[in-house]
Amino acid sequence: MTKLPDAEELLPRLAAELKARVTPATAMIGLHTGGAWLAERLHPLLGLKEPLGLMDIAFYRDDYAKEGLKHDPKRTRIPFEVEGREILLVDDVLYTGRTVRAAMNELFDYGRPKSISLVVLADRGGRQLPIAAQHCGVQVDVPEGMRLRLKRAANGRLALELERAA
Amino acid sequence: MPRSSPHNPQLNAKGELQHLLSIEGLPRAILTQILDTAESFAGVTEREVKKVPLLRGKSVFNLFFEASTRTRTTFEIAAKRLSADVINLNVAVSSQSKGESLLDTVANLSAMQADLFVVRHASSGAPYLIARHVKPHEHVINAGDGRHAHPTQGLLDLYTIRHYKKDFTKLTVAIVGDVLHSRVARSLVHGLTTLGVPEVRVIGPQTLMPAGVESLGVRVFHDMRAGLKDCDVVVMLRLQNERMNGPLLPSAAEFFRNYGLTTEKLALARADAIVMHPGPMNRGVEIDSPVADGPRSVILPQVTFGIAVRMAVMSIVAGN
Repeated sequence: MTKLPDAEELLPRLAAELKARVTPATAMIGLHTGGAWLAERLHPLLGLKEPLGLMDIAFYRDDYAKEGLKHDPKRTRIPFEVEGREILLVDDVLYTGRTVRAAMNELFDYGRPKSISLVVLADRGGRQLPIAAQHCGVQVDVPEGMRLRLKRAANGRLALELERAA
Repeated sequence: MPRSSPHNPQLNAKGELQHLLSIEGLPRAILTQILDTAESFAGVTEREVKKVPLLRGKSVFNLFFEASTRTRTTFEIAAKRLSADVINLNVAVSSQSKGESLLDTVANLSAMQADLFVVRHASSGAPYLIARHVKPHEHVINAGDGRHAHPTQGLLDLYTIRHYKKDFTKLTVAIVGDVLHSRVARSLVHGLTTLGVPEVRVIGPQTLMPAGVESLGVRVFHDMRAGLKDCDVVVMLRLQNERMNGPLLPSAAEFFRNYGLTTEKLALARADAIVMHPGPMNRGVEIDSPVADGPRSVILPQVTFGIAVRMAVMSIVAGN
């Protein structure tokens, strides 16, 4: 199996790229669970005024009718006004784009942001919706039937891992 | 009747919650799943837009064969916050009075494309009967059946206790009053013991205590002062008006003297004890106003939590 890129090496590069575009209106939201881990690492590197927001899109998924409700939805906490903000929406892996669509729907129930930019650690292609990342750490080819995920070790280190899709 | 079925009629083949009929027989994992999901919905109810799209296009029928404004309203709010369409049927004054059978009523509503039935009925077991006859994609939630169960009230009580006390496994909980006629008490006792509460007490006069109540794993007290000692949670039950002057009780005033919660009696519980009541309250009968309106009362938060809990139950069953 080909070696996956090192998440810990991608992280500072992604942070530097984001830092260049931060304005006083910028705020960050991480998507549970992998995107939240990534956002928790990026957020302190950018010197943002607003605390980090965390979002679980369980109540906005488009596959509820087929799959039912996810077992342990986390509470979405956005500790700032969304209205007029430039939002950095952070997820670990970009694939079909459905999670991002759900996240945008949820975000608009909090207010009307000035803009939303998508930040991902890895883009594995395979989009089913017209969605693209504005900031992407790396492009990864993922073999069919496999899933690319971010893992967090006990010491906090982040790593990309392949696992068999359920 | 509920126990005659070979498997738990609330669960599907995968062991997931398909109907909510009773807390009795639900594994701890499902109770925890409901409480955790409700916790996330509590976030939604604090937002400016208090709505999520989960049940868009689904129809929720509130089937109330017995009057109840509060429970019906909170189910209606919960369904609307999940973006469902809600149809309220006050069946007590419609088809049933024209002689239609319970199952015929349900079959007719099913033909109107129902997805979820919320059922309140004066007869214990009515929601079970309905659940056995609905189509696979239809779900039933018991909103109170006879003296048997009121599972969403029990769940919101559990949610409230967890919210204020965090850890179930260190608590002493007292349930006080008319335990005999209370479906709330029954549901709550099952939930508390399943979640590992080490001591559940029931307090009330002998005449308002069901026979063999000890078999539910509770300690019985007829002396309220002894029963309240060192409690972390005090749940007061409503004394139904029609019983106040019936053969089971001398008078409302006498009941209040012995079993009404006053500031003085509450002082026997722990200093940080919370006071709960499923509503509607009879001030001066089971609870004194200074307690009901006092700093230890969480009676109004219970109502707010009830909406999130009902959102959780509806979205879990409708998805399974």
